[in-house]
Amino acid sequence: MLDPQELKNTPLFTSHKELGAKLAPFGGWLMPIQYSGIIEEHSWVRKSAGLFDICHMGEFMVQADLSKSNLGNLVTINLESMPQRACRYGFMLNEQGGIIDDLLVYRISNAEWMIVVNAATTNGDLAHLQKHLNKATGLENVSQSLGKLDLQGPQAQEVLADLAGPKVKDLRYYNFDYFNLLGEKIVISRTGYTGELGYELYMPNNKIPELWEKLLSDGRVKPIGLGARDTLRLEMGYSLYGQDIDKNTTPLEAGLNYFIDWDKDFIGKPALLKQKQEGASRRMIYFIADSRRSPRHNYRIIYQDQDAGSVTSGSFSPSLGFGIGMGYVNCQILPGEQIVLRENSISINAKVTGKPFYKNGSAKSGEIK
Amino acid sequence: MTVPDNLLYTKDHEWARIDGDKATMGITDFAQHSLGDITFIDLPKPGAKVKQSEWCATVESVKAASDIYAPLSGEILKANTQLTDHPELVNKSAYEAGWLAVIKISALEEKNKLMNSIQYKEYIQGLS
Repeated sequence: MLDPQELKNTPLFTSHKELGAKLAPFGGWLMPIQYSGIIEEHSWVRKSAGLFDICHMGEFMVQADLSKSNLGNLVTINLESMPQRACRYGFMLNEQGGIIDDLLVYRISNAEWMIVVNAATTNGDLAHLQKHLNKATGLENVSQSLGKLDLQGPQAQEVLADLAGPKVKDLRYYNFDYFNLLGEKIVISRTGYTGELGYELYMPNNKIPELWEKLLSDGRVKPIGLGARDTLRLEMGYSLYGQDIDKNTTPLEAGLNYFIDWDKDFIGKPALLKQKQEGASRRMIYFIADSRRSPRHNYRIIYQDQDAGSVTSGSFSPSLGFGIGMGYVNCQILPGEQIVLRENSISINAKVTGKPFYKNGSAKSGEIK
Repeated sequence: MTVPDNLLYTKDHEWARIDGDKATMGITDFAQHSLGDITFIDLPKPGAKVKQSEWCATVESVKAASDIYAPLSGEILKANTQLTDHPELVNKSAYEAGWLAVIKISALEEKNKLMNSIQYKEYIQGLS
């Protein structure tokens, strides 16, 4: 057990205490897990708007003219084709094709970028970037000074437009822009981890408490902890780094091929190509239980009486009213097939399905389908 | 945290309400609060023999599955099947609508191993 003294606090620690949050360690930080209750918070995000303290995540500012910098070689996505003010989700891989981190890349201008990474991996990512980036690339870790709040839910757009102006409504899915807010010029992107219409706001740490209070003063907004963040992302079938994906899993095994550009070179590509050719020895499946019972991390996945793998993430789905989960198996199991999830005396019947589990998310509302 | 006077308590946060040779059991307000939103309960089966301090049920919250131990030895007479579809009743009413099961007590003297409300209040104060 980590000494709580060693855990880092976000600028909102006092607010969380005042709001009566249950706090727990996450990625080296003491974070709010829940306020009023996970299910109530989860449902609030699905119908109104929820505010998340995400100050623990890491951010790097990168100066990289792609004609000289090798930044593109460190990520699986195509940076050249990214328009300015666009965001893209992708991976940083090791030589074996394992995922060092999943990340969001923001193209600020032609040669300016922001990379947003997971809290627990920030230092490792930084070391990897420093080791591999060439001299034509500038790199600054701004994680200590830059905070982040996520506002997510079908009401998020209206709430934010009242605060930052109607220009917010012009932001399209996976795009960002600069907005004047509380005397600062800040990045707001239309992105998130919940499946709902939502935004991620990047604000200097010293202004984070003011922004938090301002957003919470809107009756449509409630604070949401990491507990509901986890059930929300799981209902969408989004992977959580350190649990569903890590340095020993590849994007192919995780079924995240969509975020790989095979027409460019990147660290880990030869290993991925080899795996693609030979076929991955395991793959991610998604499943729904026949009851309210939750599959949980490390439960065995039994298919046709054989042990086929294990659960990486599982939970009760507040939106569906059933247990849901995901995990790796060593054989092909098609949607519709039955599996059993087992640990000791617990045995849960489940059916393999596709993702997302929750299909009514508002994330892409207003977009041309 | 409410701790009704007329009940007996275990260190694992179960309660028992003894009425003659029967005892109604459940989990305490402290327990439901620690667990958070309860999403599923694997109830004791009527007819099952249970032993004091041994497993008799499982309560699942969003975050974890927790074993529940019998406060007294005996035979399960009935279980609260309302909890199958509405496990949240345990959060809302841990001592009334959220009861788990009724036990036919086989060894009443075991109640001496349980805490009364004053002792249990002191016990949970020591935990927080």
